[in-house]
Amino acid sequence: MSEQRDGAPTPEETMTIVAAREVRDRQVLLVGVGPPNAAANLARRLHAPDCVLVYESGAIEAKPVRLPLSIGDDDLAETAAELVSVPEMLNYWVGAGRIDVGFLGAAQIDRFCNINTTVIGAYDDPKVRLPGAGGAPEIAAASREVIVVVRQSKRSFVEKLDFVTSIGHGDGSGTRERLNFSGAGPTVVITDLGVLRPGPDGELELAAIHPGVDVEQVRESTGWPLRVRDVVEATEPPSERELHTLREMRAAVRSAA
Amino acid sequence: MTRSTQLSLSEAIATHVEDGDVVALEGFTHLIPFAAGHEIIRQGRRDLTVVRMTPDVIYDQLIGMGCVARMIFSYGGNPGVGSLHRMRDAVENDWPASIDLIEHSHAGLANAYVAGASRLPFGVLKGYAGTDLEERGRQSGAIAFVECPFTGQRLSAVRAINPDVTVIHAQQADRDGNVMLWGLTGVQKEAVLAADRAIVTVEEIVDELAPRPHAIVLPSWVVTAVAHVPNGAWPSYAHDYSKRDNRFYAAWDEIARDRERFRAWMEEHVLSASGDTATVGGEP
Repeated sequence: MSEQRDGAPTPEETMTIVAAREVRDRQVLLVGVGPPNAAANLARRLHAPDCVLVYESGAIEAKPVRLPLSIGDDDLAETAAELVSVPEMLNYWVGAGRIDVGFLGAAQIDRFCNINTTVIGAYDDPKVRLPGAGGAPEIAAASREVIVVVRQSKRSFVEKLDFVTSIGHGDGSGTRERLNFSGAGPTVVITDLGVLRPGPDGELELAAIHPGVDVEQVRESTGWPLRVRDVVEATEPPSERELHTLREMRAAVRSAA
Repeated sequence: MTRSTQLSLSEAIATHVEDGDVVALEGFTHLIPFAAGHEIIRQGRRDLTVVRMTPDVIYDQLIGMGCVARMIFSYGGNPGVGSLHRMRDAVENDWPASIDLIEHSHAGLANAYVAGASRLPFGVLKGYAGTDLEERGRQSGAIAFVECPFTGQRLSAVRAINPDVTVIHAQQADRDGNVMLWGLTGVQKEAVLAADRAIVTVEEIVDELAPRPHAIVLPSWVVTAVAHVPNGAWPSYAHDYSKRDNRFYAAWDEIARDRERFRAWMEEHVLSASGDTATVGGEP
């Protein structure tokens, strides 16, 4: 552990820190489990102390003291400004479009940011049965914007999804408008290699690469011919403060568990 | 008006849960009725259709023990940890038996309960449009399109869910069988009001329910049976009574990965345990 605590950032840590940087103060964030949870809580400890955390379990304006392991942690209920039932959360808060930023993960993502979290392989005879939809379809449809955080590889960045669980930009021809979705959909995809942003038609373009990564490596980790912007930015390396805060936050969870 | 009856847990399950029933054990990340689920396993119920937004470890256990023929759900993971390995083994390898899945998004299943509680035939929402969930749901008869009669907008309809029996865990009941729960109250009110019968296990029986912020009170006449089962939500938790056992949720990942280890754990901590008290602990 000491090596990780003192050493250079891992690709996963860089991904989480870059995701946290996307959060602006006072935004209302819908937070799930995993890296998005770490990113949102990191942002709250750093540059966005007044961002509002909403957990789909029903906690609004939760101010967890330690990083929650799950969206059901008692810490969330105890620190929330308001607790609501699950139907109320999904209908009045998420579905109605009161979330500024929805964070989503993905098992598979395609070039138009559509997301699969249901199965790998055929639905009726899956190679891997994944957890399924949860709140993601409504978060993807109705949040003002969506940040996707996902590790990048040919297995996760695929030409065609095995199952469409949540809609990003559909087929790139104005799908969201046609479906009457109120939110803008995914505006950024943050991976362990770089940052991708949708172009005007919704197709992902490589916009930045993280320290130590080259463009060719990102192309090779993408299951379709990746669009690369004319100018690809270099991600600012994680600062001492960002890294230290993230590691401290995670160490506190480990020692509590 | 029929008031609820106070029963032991084993009597409540024996009387009100039958083979082949549609059973909802609700509690969204909090107040999950584990002890009641364990008693269903001990009594060897079979061929159940189980409904739960987040199947969690409790349905992993029911599935692995062969109680389940069909599951209606919206997120089948071990929250914050990973996969439900018994659920995966049943879906991917038909062990110990194959199970049918009807799956929703959280909003879809929540609205199916709301419709059920309202005794309406369907609930309505937007978010399924364009997904394969909608396509699958149309095939299974769980999801359909409707056109808004006022605006012409195309929306998704979800078939109402009306369980034969809903089981929940709550903090308190009074001596008349009125039930109070607070903290994250999930979809329990809707699941109880949607069902024909409702069984509630409680941490404590009190003389009188004191008013409290964020609390839900279920009057005695919408509850069928109350059973006093302290710690009945372990390894989930009961706000103001216990903490979520995150360590056990993490340990379950290892236990459930292996069929033999899973069976041994269930044998030691559930099958050979008492029918009327909660299993607590049992880490490897």
